[in-house]
Amino acid sequence: MSSIRKSVSKLFLTTVGMFLFGFALVPLYDVFCEITGLNGKVTGPTFSEYENVGNREIKIIFTTTNNDDMPWFFDSLKSQMRVKTGEQNLLNYVFTNTTNKPMIAQAIPSVSPGKGAQYFHKTECFCFEQQFLEPGESITIPLKFVIDPDLPKDISSLALGYTLFDITKDLIQKQAGN
Amino acid sequence: MSAVIEGHHDDHHHGPAKGISRWLFTTNHKDIGSLYLWFSFIMLFIGGAMAMVIRAELFEPGSQIVSPEFYNQMVTNHGLIMVFGVIMPAFVGFANWLVPMQIGAPDMALPRLNNLSFWILPAAFGVLISTFFMEGGAPNFGWTFYAPLSTEYAPPTVTYFIFAVHIMGASSIMGSINVITTILNMRAPGMTLMKMPLFVWTWLITAYLLIAVMPVLAGAVTMMLMDIHFGTSFFKAGGGGDPVLFQHVFWFFGHPEVYIMILPAFGIVSHIIETFSRKPIFGYESMVYAIASIALLSFVVWAHHMFTVGMPIAGELFFMYSTMLIAIPTGVKVFNWLSTMFKGSLTFETPMLFAIAFVALFTIGGLSGIMLAIAPADFQYHDTYFVVAHFHYVLVPGALFSIIAGVYYWLPKWTGYMYDEFMGKTHFWLSFVSVNLTFFPMHFVGLAGMPRRIPDYAMQFADYNMIVSVGAFLFGLSQLLFLYVVLKAIFYGKKATGQVWEGAKGLEWTLDSPPAYHTFETPPNLESGEAKA
Repeated sequence: MSSIRKSVSKLFLTTVGMFLFGFALVPLYDVFCEITGLNGKVTGPTFSEYENVGNREIKIIFTTTNNDDMPWFFDSLKSQMRVKTGEQNLLNYVFTNTTNKPMIAQAIPSVSPGKGAQYFHKTECFCFEQQFLEPGESITIPLKFVIDPDLPKDISSLALGYTLFDITKDLIQKQAGN
Repeated sequence: MSAVIEGHHDDHHHGPAKGISRWLFTTNHKDIGSLYLWFSFIMLFIGGAMAMVIRAELFEPGSQIVSPEFYNQMVTNHGLIMVFGVIMPAFVGFANWLVPMQIGAPDMALPRLNNLSFWILPAAFGVLISTFFMEGGAPNFGWTFYAPLSTEYAPPTVTYFIFAVHIMGASSIMGSINVITTILNMRAPGMTLMKMPLFVWTWLITAYLLIAVMPVLAGAVTMMLMDIHFGTSFFKAGGGGDPVLFQHVFWFFGHPEVYIMILPAFGIVSHIIETFSRKPIFGYESMVYAIASIALLSFVVWAHHMFTVGMPIAGELFFMYSTMLIAIPTGVKVFNWLSTMFKGSLTFETPMLFAIAFVALFTIGGLSGIMLAIAPADFQYHDTYFVVAHFHYVLVPGALFSIIAGVYYWLPKWTGYMYDEFMGKTHFWLSFVSVNLTFFPMHFVGLAGMPRRIPDYAMQFADYNMIVSVGAFLFGLSQLLFLYVVLKAIFYGKKATGQVWEGAKGLEWTLDSPPAYHTFETPPNLESGEAKA
């Protein structure tokens, strides 16, 4: 009988282990994407300075999208820039709450092609930060970025897209949950 | 030899209890096996009725019978019920009936857990089906429930769906723990692992797959639950989560899941083919290794379901080649079945007909699978009816035919009565013709670009869809005939002998038909050569 007990406890532990593994897939996936730069995933602000400023010129395209029926005005001041690798660049983004109620939003970045994501360093940005705006309020937030001189030769242009999400409801829900 | 003489029960043990309490409180593996099989039979007709609604809607282009919203609910629940309510419980039913009898054990290792794992299953499907009568309707996001469709855009009943999946998962996990524990600890003396019947082998490996992936599914739906109700952002892009992550987690479960639904079928078909070829199975050992390698490979191929999400070329290639590799062990199995039949003294009773149809039609499904594995080609086939044709070929004339074949094969053993051979053959030919009529033209409309999961379609697909619908109605009706054949056997069938089939080998055939309520209370002696597995 003890052999049965042994089998059952081993199998039960495996079950628990696999349940936890399911959750472990979440950070594993992020780490994997960050290392390989898959999925155009970019991290928050990173600090980097380059001594050997490259002389390659890269075209950067900036897109902004509003998720679903997010009513805010959200755009970058330029839609395209030509930048030198290794140099600091600055671009301003404008957020305007066009509704008559206070709202909270969050912009999620994505770089394409995906394998260029890890060479796109943002030294200052609003990614993953929550923006709270009163009705009619407008703010301008700068994005500072450097393009890594190690950017693979076959990439001559990069696109940085931001999608703006309305997270007012989620945040209220979260606070209610706490 | 421990066969109990007919009508003479062992004095130390009682027979089954009387009335409903026999079924509610039973811990007998034979009773629980029957419960599982009847449950899956009932669910087959419920899921089948949903398929009929789908085919009725698609009989002609345009919106005909049901609203698009209801159509989505039908598609979703048809898939969920057929996968979790029909194929999986049917195989667990087979395992309950056969594993103890085939390894010479008196019962399953954990009989009370066995009772629990069956009885929570009707509860799970009760919860799922009850959502049809709730505000917002039943789940409508497809059986793969991709986030954010199943989280941010889901009907409020998604919470019931999540709990139903949790319960189904718990049931499968408990069942698997039971099967593995039984097989590893309760084999008759002398039955080494490499002497086990193939059905037992397939279930041992299936149970390990279930234990490895059902908890991951439970994790995925738990993350959904937290995203919906507790403000987390596992799959919510707005909070920094990633919807593609959902697909990875889901298919990490989902791909082993499709082998969970086919490995026991391999075991059943192997037994039937060797019986009616009157030859031992060709390449027993290679069969075991093939099953094991299919199971191992199933963990590294999941992303072939999501070639179009924007993977880098290295990922596409890895998943493409690893997927194609599965064709090798599968091919080994198919050739072993053919070699078993080669120069055998074949007879074509109903189980054999279904088994041969399984080999032929499952191979068609396998080949379309290889076409889908080609990453660049998949960009064309993805989410078309070609995919629908592919997985229905492996699940209907694949998994379902093996279940039907197994029921015909072991029904005389289980009930003690023979089924009507003429009616069985009629059932086979009707099913065989209609299943092909239903699913074969789907390849053509799929290649021509008809998208799946849409209640309407372009004019040029009209003719084939009408043929498909006619085939589907015929296939649905044929299964009513199956129910009739089973009931007729139970109530009016001729008495079956213990051996039942001339060529049948294995411990279960050394017992009476039907076997006594308790069998193999003293394990059979395999060394004596009297009872050979």
